[in-house]
Order: sequence, then C-alpha cells, then structure tokens
Amino acid sequence: MSEATTSWQRIKVWFHRWGSPAWFYAASGHMIPWLWAGFALLALPGLYLGLFVAPPDYLQGDSYRIIFIHVPSAWMSMMIFALMAIFGLIGMVWRIRLAETMAICSAPIGAAFTLITLITGSLWGKPTWGTYWQWDARMTSELVLLFLYVGVLALYESIEEPRKAARAASLLALIGLVNLPIIHYSVQWWNTLHQGNTIRLNLAESSMDTSMLVPLLLLVVATKFYYAAVLLARSRSMLLHQDQHKNWPRELLVAD
Amino acid sequence: MSLFISLVRTDLNIAFQHRGELLQPLWFMALVVALFPLGISPEAEQLRQLAGGVIWIAALLASLLGLEAVFQHDDKCGRLEQWLLADCGMLKLIAARLLSRWLVSGLPIVLISPLLGIWLQLQLDALVVLSLSLLLGTPIMTMLCALAAALTLGSRQASTLMSLLVAPLYVPLLIFATSAVRETQAGTQVDMQLLLITAMLVLALTLIPPAVAVALNIHLRE
Repeated sequence: MSEATTSWQRIKVWFHRWGSPAWFYAASGHMIPWLWAGFALLALPGLYLGLFVAPPDYLQGDSYRIIFIHVPSAWMSMMIFALMAIFGLIGMVWRIRLAETMAICSAPIGAAFTLITLITGSLWGKPTWGTYWQWDARMTSELVLLFLYVGVLALYESIEEPRKAARAASLLALIGLVNLPIIHYSVQWWNTLHQGNTIRLNLAESSMDTSMLVPLLLLVVATKFYYAAVLLARSRSMLLHQDQHKNWPRELLVAD
Repeated sequence: MSLFISLVRTDLNIAFQHRGELLQPLWFMALVVALFPLGISPEAEQLRQLAGGVIWIAALLASLLGLEAVFQHDDKCGRLEQWLLADCGMLKLIAARLLSRWLVSGLPIVLISPLLGIWLQLQLDALVVLSLSLLLGTPIMTMLCALAAALTLGSRQASTLMSLLVAPLYVPLLIFATSAVRETQAGTQVDMQLLLITAMLVLALTLIPPAVAVALNIHLRE
C-alpha cells in the first residue's frame, strides 16, 4: 500500500515538474538531439527504400511514390490537430502553462503538414486523375482542416495577452476537433473518386506489397519524431521569449 | 425563469428600436441572391439547380454581419461581469441571449427564404424543404456566431477574424442542407439529411452554450 502511494507520489512529482519552464527548458534540450537522430535514422532509409528500391506500380508507374510523403503528412495533419486540442484541454482544465504553449506551438506544424498533404495530393492527382484539384470529400475536408488551423493561429495572433490568447485558441481547437471525425468518415459518407483505405491495422489484409509498406511505415514513424523535435524546439523558444525578463533564463545563461 | 424572459424582452426591445439595422442582413441576403441570375444566367432550369446552394450561402454570409454586436456592448459597459456573478449562473443568461439573437437575426432569414426561392424558380416541395432546413439550421448558425463573438472579445480585428473562425464550422451544415434541397428536386427522400441537421442542432444546443460560457470566462478572468 505504502509503496503504491510513494510511486504514485513520484509520478505526480514528475508530472508537476513539467509545469516549470526552467525544468522543461533543460529537459527538452537533452531530448531534442535524440529525437532528430531518430528522425534521421528512420526517414533516410525510408526515403531511400521508397524512392529507389520499391518497384514502380503496375498502374501508376513512378508517380505513386508521392504517397511516401503524402500519406504520412495526411496522418500527421489530423493527429496534430487532435493533440493540439488535447494539450489545449489539459491547459484549460489544470491551468498548466506548458500545455497551452505546446497546443499553440503544434498549430503551425500541423498547418504545414496539411499544406504538404494538399500540395502533394494535387501533384499526384494530375497524372492519375487528370486534374490538379477535385472536390472530393477527403480533399475538401483537408482544406477545411487547413482553414481551422489558420483560424486557431489567427485567433492566437490577434489577442495581446499570451495566456489569454492561448486559452481562447485552445478552446477553438477543441471545437474544431468535432470536424476530425467528419474527415475520417467522409470516405464512407460520400462516395467519391478518392481511393479507399489501403492500409488496415491487420497487416495480412493490407492490399499493399511489403516493399512499399516498409518505407511507408518508416516514414510514418519518422514524421512523429520530426513533430516531437520541432514541437519541443518551438515551445522552448516561445517560453524563453515570454519569460525573457524573468530569473530562470538568466540563471541558465550564468550556469552555461 | 423571469430573469430569462426579461433579458429576452430587453434584447428584443433594443433590437426593435434600431429597426433599420435589423433589416440590413435581409437586404444583404436578397442582394446576394439577386446577383446570381445577373452573374450566371437568368435561365430558369439553371437557376433552379443553383437555388438551394445560393440561398444557403447567402444566409451564411448574412449571419456573419453584425456578429460582433452579440456580446461587445455588454462587455464594454461591464454587464458581462455581472453575468459572471449572477445567482442563476451564466448559462441561463447566455441561453436567453442566444434565443433573442436567433429571433432577431435567424428567424427573419427563414421567413424570407421562400420569397428568394421563388426568385430562383424553386417548386413548392423544394421551397418547403429549403425553409425547413433553414429553420433547423439558423439556430446552429446563431450559436456558432455567438461562440466566435465570445472567443474574439479580447482581440484586435474582431469582425474579420470572426468570419474566418465561423465559416469552416459551417461546412457540414451547408453540405447536408443543400443536398436536401437538391435531392427534393430530384424526387428522392430527404429524411436522412433533415434528421442529420436535427442531430447537429441537438449537439449544438448541448455543447455550444457551455462553450460560450467557457469563452466568456477566458475573456473576463484573465
């Protein structure tokens, strides 16, 4: 009993440490190089296998290779939106400033992935469907997702006081999260040009060859590392900028 | 309950003192609809196909007008702080404000829609579905607008920003409503679309008033 209590206490202490900007700044500084290393170790073989080793598709030729960028970005664009809303919720409920910071810092990364998804999608659409833009359900939802990201960022930018701005933007992200299931189920709701899901959780059922699946999965995991690294780096600089007149950045400089 | 009714009555009184402003969104909506025959084609068949989408988009744009008025005045004169401290809780007052706002800006859109539908050559069955979809949809629009108004209270260029926040959230509503009108014209059953809009209305009624309360809290307490 007492042992359980102490380990619970330890978890709580560990959790609350994240509330301290100084501690977060130091801890994330150690983590970022490892995250970049993980990204490089996964992304470089993934790109090599995807762009050079994997055989051309029997129908689409080499143009299908854009999925190695397109699909991971599309997954990230939605995952980051959900994470942004979750960080926002944590920030609003427990009033943890770091969670608010991470919610806001997620927005530009997610918006960038959404933009990459849209651009690579339309580049792929030209040789495959014969058009750069098709108003099909998933492309439209992705576009709406981009507008939602822009809304969150614009709301944050327009309010002077940073913490108030972060809370308002977090609330908007939570509201926008209602949009995410619609994106996900839009494939089933509206019958359109866009091809159905090829990858299923059960890999045996997946209709994709291993030589293409392996690089795709490598890149899917690599983008997670990329997001974590950029998120931590962005959060660090935002905290440093907001706290430039406080004591902990000065102490940090002196210690260095 | 009496506080609820008296707030609605006060809001309506104030709104009717500025009758001219009340009509502006309606004129705007009529103008937008009238631009389509001029800009695309006055041919009846073509207009009939566009009608549902045009009227719905005009309604969405009209709802964005005067959006900042929902809470701005109460914020400036300090009444929102009193709401925060009210015995009955903020939610009831927000609900009253949403109701009066819908009566002033949403209901007129529903009432004017059959007229605009006739301009665009809609048949009777499509007119009924159009008005019904607007009757179900305008409360959702009012609530989303109020939410955006509450979120942007502390911000600089509030009015432009609000349209940017609200418009993406309108998308599912627009899709199902216009699909209902189109399917009626094609002679198919539209229960599914209307029920989905009703479901969205129930969801909005449940979630948006508390979200507005949270947004006002963020503005007032920070």
